Amino acid sequence: MSSSRTINIKKFFKRNSVPYLFLLPWLIGFLVLTAYPMFMSLYLSLTDYNISKYLSEAKFIGLGNYITMFTDDPKFIKSLQVTFTYVFVSVPLKLAFALIVAVIMNQKIRFVSFYRAVYYIPTLLGGSVAIAVLWKKLFSKGGVINGIIAAITGIDIKLIPGWISSPKYALWTLVLLTVWQFGSSMIIFLAGLKQIPAEYYEAGSIDGANKRQLFFHITVPSLSPVILFNLVMQMITAFQAFTQAYIISGGKGDPINSTLFYTLHLYNQGFYYKEMGYASAMAWLLLIIISAFTAIVLKTSGNWVNYGSGQ
Amino acid sequence: MKKRTRIIKSVVTHLLIISLGLVMLYPVLWMVVSSFKPNNLIFSDTSLIPKAVTLENYVKGWQGYSGISFGRFFMNSLVICLVSIVFTVASCTAAAYAFGRLEFTLKPLWFGIMMLSIMLPSHATTIPRYILFDSFNWVGTYLPIIMPKLLAVDSFFVFLLVQFIRGLPKDLDEAATIDGCGRIGIFFKIIIPLIGPAVVTTALFTFLWTWDDFFNQLLYLTKPSTYTVSLGLRSFVDASGESNWGSVLAMSTVAMVPCFVLFFTLQKYFVQGIATSGIKG
Repeated sequence: MSSSRTINIKKFFKRNSVPYLFLLPWLIGFLVLTAYPMFMSLYLSLTDYNISKYLSEAKFIGLGNYITMFTDDPKFIKSLQVTFTYVFVSVPLKLAFALIVAVIMNQKIRFVSFYRAVYYIPTLLGGSVAIAVLWKKLFSKGGVINGIIAAITGIDIKLIPGWISSPKYALWTLVLLTVWQFGSSMIIFLAGLKQIPAEYYEAGSIDGANKRQLFFHITVPSLSPVILFNLVMQMITAFQAFTQAYIISGGKGDPINSTLFYTLHLYNQGFYYKEMGYASAMAWLLLIIISAFTAIVLKTSGNWVNYGSGQ
Repeated sequence: MKKRTRIIKSVVTHLLIISLGLVMLYPVLWMVVSSFKPNNLIFSDTSLIPKAVTLENYVKGWQGYSGISFGRFFMNSLVICLVSIVFTVASCTAAAYAFGRLEFTLKPLWFGIMMLSIMLPSHATTIPRYILFDSFNWVGTYLPIIMPKLLAVDSFFVFLLVQFIRGLPKDLDEAATIDGCGRIGIFFKIIIPLIGPAVVTTALFTFLWTWDDFFNQLLYLTKPSTYTVSLGLRSFVDASGESNWGSVLAMSTVAMVPCFVLFFTLQKYFVQGIATSGIKG
């Protein structure tokens, strides 16, 4: 009995020692830098913990932070509005652009790989500080965009508002910056379009369908799994947008909090005011929001996503 | 007749794609061109052909911020990027080999967790990680940025490499096993030499994401002498204000050069990486 157990243990080690050796870096990384911080931030979210006050301990306050957010932090409510507006406008627009351009490029034309590269350049550079700085410049009062508007419409450039400095328009410049970077989604759509059998289109044309009908009745349904994938990925990314808003709004969500993204408010709470407990609560709420929206999209996807081969 | 309509259609398509492409590229082109314009000619000058050309913006801009030149910021960024690449490739290929080829206890569980962690918003771990690194006295050094890469925290690349390794024929492993090669030997002798393309994609995106990263660098790098290009550029803009836009545009242009060079030399790997695994961006 005991000898067979030692054999089993030996077998267990023989089977597992090498694989776990390879897995070890990832495993340590997961446990120390993901799992532990997840639980820790959940715990911190239930505490009052400010690390700027030395010797201060995390004080347990239950759901206090979560209650404060909704009852005593108008900036938080504003940041939710800003982020929701940003996500729900920029993501659909970005995907629509990506899809339309991908369909145009999917025709049998020359230089497609060159064009594809050109359209990918904004995505390649778009996340950088350099582009955010450029954007701020382009859309400022008397800036280049206004120069173009003035040249086309004949309106005096001094009368055109500075888009970045206007609380009404600042967020839309950020939406535009995001939509501009549709390159990744476009490349994924292009790969998906190549998988649609040409016979579907032939059959559709024989039945007398026009281009628009072909697009809505063949392209979109056949591509729906890819649309779902892009939608989920872009949504998750958009909820976490930070760099561009930070640079363009000067780190504070200016003008008058019109670009105060959720992540910006979180960063300022955690690392400017050092309110680690409150910021952790915000981080967990963001996690819950993202998970909820991902779940909703995946749940409702059954109605419009087509996994079969064709109809 | 039919042929003619086809030609017209093709010309229209090309014109459409080119003009839309020009609109899209205009901001970047304007930045590059304007960085060579004399400072007083930049503001609201929409043209892409400079009336006068000067290198002054580059000379002035390169001097950098608070006595630290952009050369230093570049070196800092390059060092961080190269170390990140080595660490990420090493740790992620090892984990990917385990998931892609080996059998072990609890494999489905770990694999599921790995896939979930790709989707996990980074903000949920940011604060405890900061407190942890602060307790190691790592804040202000590069360690909080590079050490996580040694632990394969970018699970996304593990997934990418797993996909690639699963696509390799298993006969090679079997032949090597018959020749007396163990699981460690197979990794070094069979797998490593074959996963080149996936490693290039991993290295490429690690470089770009680290180069463009702002959030982590903002959190952890506190001394101007340790600043990266991203941070240096941000501080440079804040310091020079409205007076010196020429230099700001010049340094923004310089900051993008490495990404451009990599993109145009390794374009194939970009498209493969994005199309096969849906790299976000």
